[in-house]
Amino acid sequence: MSRNPPADDILVRIRGLKFFRGTRAIFDGVDIDIPRGSVTAIMGPSGSGKTTLLKLIGGQLRPDAGTIEVDGQNVHALSTADLYRLRMRMGMLFQSGALLTDLSVFENVAYPLREHTKLNSSMIRKLVLMKLEAVGLRGAYGLMPSELSGGMARRVALARAIALDPMMIMYDEPFTGQDPISMGVLVQLIRRLNDAAGITSVVVSHDVAEASEIADLIYVISNGRVIESGAPQTLREAGGEWTRQFMDGLPDGPVPFHYPAPELESDLFGDRA
Amino acid sequence: MEWLAQLGRSGLSFSAGLGRAHLLMLAMLRGLPQLVRRPRLLMEQLLSVGVLTVLIIAVSGIFVGMVLGLQGFYILSRFGAEATLGVMVAASLVRELGPVVTALLFAGRAGSALSAEIGLMKATEQLSGLEMMAVNPEHRVLTPRLIAGIISMPLLAAIFSMLGVYGGWFVGVGLLGVDEGTYWAQMQSQIDWDEDVLNGVIKSLVFGVVCTWIAIFQGYDCIPTSEGVSRATTRTVVHSSLAVLGLDFVLTALMFN
Repeated sequence: MSRNPPADDILVRIRGLKFFRGTRAIFDGVDIDIPRGSVTAIMGPSGSGKTTLLKLIGGQLRPDAGTIEVDGQNVHALSTADLYRLRMRMGMLFQSGALLTDLSVFENVAYPLREHTKLNSSMIRKLVLMKLEAVGLRGAYGLMPSELSGGMARRVALARAIALDPMMIMYDEPFTGQDPISMGVLVQLIRRLNDAAGITSVVVSHDVAEASEIADLIYVISNGRVIESGAPQTLREAGGEWTRQFMDGLPDGPVPFHYPAPELESDLFGDRA
Repeated sequence: MEWLAQLGRSGLSFSAGLGRAHLLMLAMLRGLPQLVRRPRLLMEQLLSVGVLTVLIIAVSGIFVGMVLGLQGFYILSRFGAEATLGVMVAASLVRELGPVVTALLFAGRAGSALSAEIGLMKATEQLSGLEMMAVNPEHRVLTPRLIAGIISMPLLAAIFSMLGVYGGWFVGVGLLGVDEGTYWAQMQSQIDWDEDVLNGVIKSLVFGVVCTWIAIFQGYDCIPTSEGVSRATTRTVVHSSLAVLGLDFVLTALMFN
């Protein structure tokens, strides 16, 4: 086990990260620093490996090269027991919510408390109701996951993620597929939880407007590398052509609208037709 | 040469799958101490895997016993040996049909449900969610299901055989006029505890391990999409059925020389 005291205020330090799926490089030498207490957004187009990055940080995947340190501990050098101890201090909000479908909302939020603490049922009940109150769903404690809307499921998953008062929460595409009201609620919740509880938040998203609204720092990744990083406003104003196309949602630019193909004329009228 | 390369690829893929299945079994066995501390997890799975399978086992047992009684009576009566109907029905059920048909039905009912449930848990990130909550999904989700399957199978086979014997009695004694005392007495005197009953129990234990292991592995190893889960469920039934029939031959050959 490697445990070095953090030299500064960086909670997650990624150095020289390389990760391949087959021969395809998902990450090819990525360096990222996530400051404590901040909301850091990892942005990039679909398929750029954002979710993979969260799984690497959480130790669910192993990098081919490079290191990932969380709170001074090299995640991939930890024993299984130490990795599980570290995960108890990390929350993760999955894109689907990942609620246990055979348990009620109450039991889902109580789950980590029952698994990892020896609290009595009265204390667990109070804590669960407080966590559900924080996400505005105290009244839904008796519902089953199948009775929740997508936005509600994510908020319950968020309550579960904060059940053990973690030092950081990783959000995997929290805004995808949400209606404007749910999206607004989630944006507000992420920022509020971050500020009120002093949690470090890592938000993986390609929803530029929402992520920019709450992020203190943005990393833009594409083709296995960090293209640019900085505060949202800085990136919008001084970012490169690629970043501006991404941030402004322009259909054409350095990322072409068309998938590589032969000339249209030859496809329509040539031998290939 | 392409067929040779394809054969090699298939062989390697099969070996890799076998390796993953054994590693998964080791991981599940490492979860046994946790299961001992939390027996409630096992109880829930005994209900889902075992108790909910009883109905199909019971109905099948009765009908198989009735058919055995009918067929047995007509064949044995040709030789004037209908008095041995009870022995024939009981021996067929306890030695062979009980363990084998129960295992085949178990694979279709409980095995496919296990694969689909675990596959869907994987597809909906519930297993990843458990991992990120510092809960080992192999110990928490898979081990209770494995042990429940192993415990349930011999009990289900016993229910199948018992009801089959009654099914044979109903047809033989109730409908075709075989003497009731002879039916039971012949059975009592001719069925050996070690050679017949115990060997049947051993068979169903082995089938329990194999069927549940295949079902859990297929669910856990599936591609986490709707098509992947569907294929895993199909593979569970096919592989379990073939494994049961193959193993039945091997075990019978070993047990009865």
